[in-house]
Amino acid sequence: MNKERDLVQAIADIASGSTIMVGGFMTVGTPEILVDELVRQGQENLTIVCNDAGVPGGGVGKLVRSKQLSILITSHIGLNPEMGKAMNSGEAQVQLVPQGTLAERIRCGGTGLGGFLTPTGVGTLVEEGKERKTLDGKDYLLELSLKGDVALIKAHRADRAGNLIFRMSARNFNPLMAPACQYVVAQVSEIVEIGELDPDEIMLPGIFVDALVLAPADDQTRTNETEGGAP
Amino acid sequence: MSYDYRERIARRIAREFQDGQVVNLGIGMPTMAANFIPEGVNIILQSENGFVGMGPSPVPGQEDPDLINAGNQHVTLKPGACFFDSATSFGIIRGGHVDITVLGTLEVDEQGNIANYIVPGKMVAGMGGAMDLCAGARKVILATTHCDKDGNPKIRKKCTLPLTAVGQADLIVTEKAVIECTPEGLVLLEVAADCSIDDVLQATEAELMILDTPGVFA
Repeated sequence: MNKERDLVQAIADIASGSTIMVGGFMTVGTPEILVDELVRQGQENLTIVCNDAGVPGGGVGKLVRSKQLSILITSHIGLNPEMGKAMNSGEAQVQLVPQGTLAERIRCGGTGLGGFLTPTGVGTLVEEGKERKTLDGKDYLLELSLKGDVALIKAHRADRAGNLIFRMSARNFNPLMAPACQYVVAQVSEIVEIGELDPDEIMLPGIFVDALVLAPADDQTRTNETEGGAP
Repeated sequence: MSYDYRERIARRIAREFQDGQVVNLGIGMPTMAANFIPEGVNIILQSENGFVGMGPSPVPGQEDPDLINAGNQHVTLKPGACFFDSATSFGIIRGGHVDITVLGTLEVDEQGNIANYIVPGKMVAGMGGAMDLCAGARKVILATTHCDKDGNPKIRKKCTLPLTAVGQADLIVTEKAVIECTPEGLVLLEVAADCSIDDVLQATEAELMILDTPGVFA
């Protein structure tokens, strides 16, 4: 078994109009090489699911700038003013979801659950159009699961079967998105032979991964730190 | 608002931390509180992007591109730190395993309602993890200037902005006062050394109850 694929081929299987989940938190853990290739190929009318809108020209911010993004389902757009502009001009829509609710909706999407009850958002704008349930005197909102057509994720090490090990805070949404999507491409820094990863240390089973794209080490660098922290 | 006031707020909040607590600090003044933790108190910092055991900023040149806090700043790890995915991270938060969260706010009101994520027509950043933190942390401390930059009170009878959470605020720390949020309303606990009770009342739209003589903090 060998899931390593050519970058161009791996992205060419993505159709316009797809719902694509993209890993990463403020671009840490975002597979930039995969996003770059999606921009180059130019698939349109994409619904993107990502924790945030990235930064101008970084992370999923590249898909905002290229106008390939039609809808963003996210918890935060504050670091990318270009997303705010696209939203205000009507070029793109934003659906704001509390971060924990977004993570759990994706987890449910990949694990056979229709939804869950959360106290987050009770009595706020997030409650609009949702059912409220009271259990043992505490109020919860019914939140539904979220699935995608494609997951673009980033990991540190892989074996040829697609078993993945993530690194530090680059893990974030990546392992949740793979089970929730039909077609999963992982950008990785290193691919080893099957059997070389300790089964106890694998963080995402390879059965969730369809394609591995090896990214050169010099593309792993990142210079998007926010001066003084996010607003 | 001078730097000294920010430091005063951060210093006072740090006195709320107890040894062994799991604490999540928001951006800005809340993060500054980590600089003033009393001697002998060790807390475990949780970062909602997926780890516990966060340490201070790295030495310049030693940044790791895969290690940031929730404010997109490079950080370090303390021995014993541990990473996890975002669903586990928010399970920790919603599950009541975070003892204290410290957040900034735009408004807070007499019912302990918090509004800190959106100004319709002006600022649409998104709630990030704030709604989960307010709903799930055992104690919610708000670190805020007493008034906004135009001098309008931020501690209101009723929030005017869209809410982040209903009735979840526990303690408000400003440069003028420390205020506890109770089911009966807001209680003035402490007044800054350079303020009078009247100063605090004049700068506050909400009604403040004074049960005992307020303490003094500096």
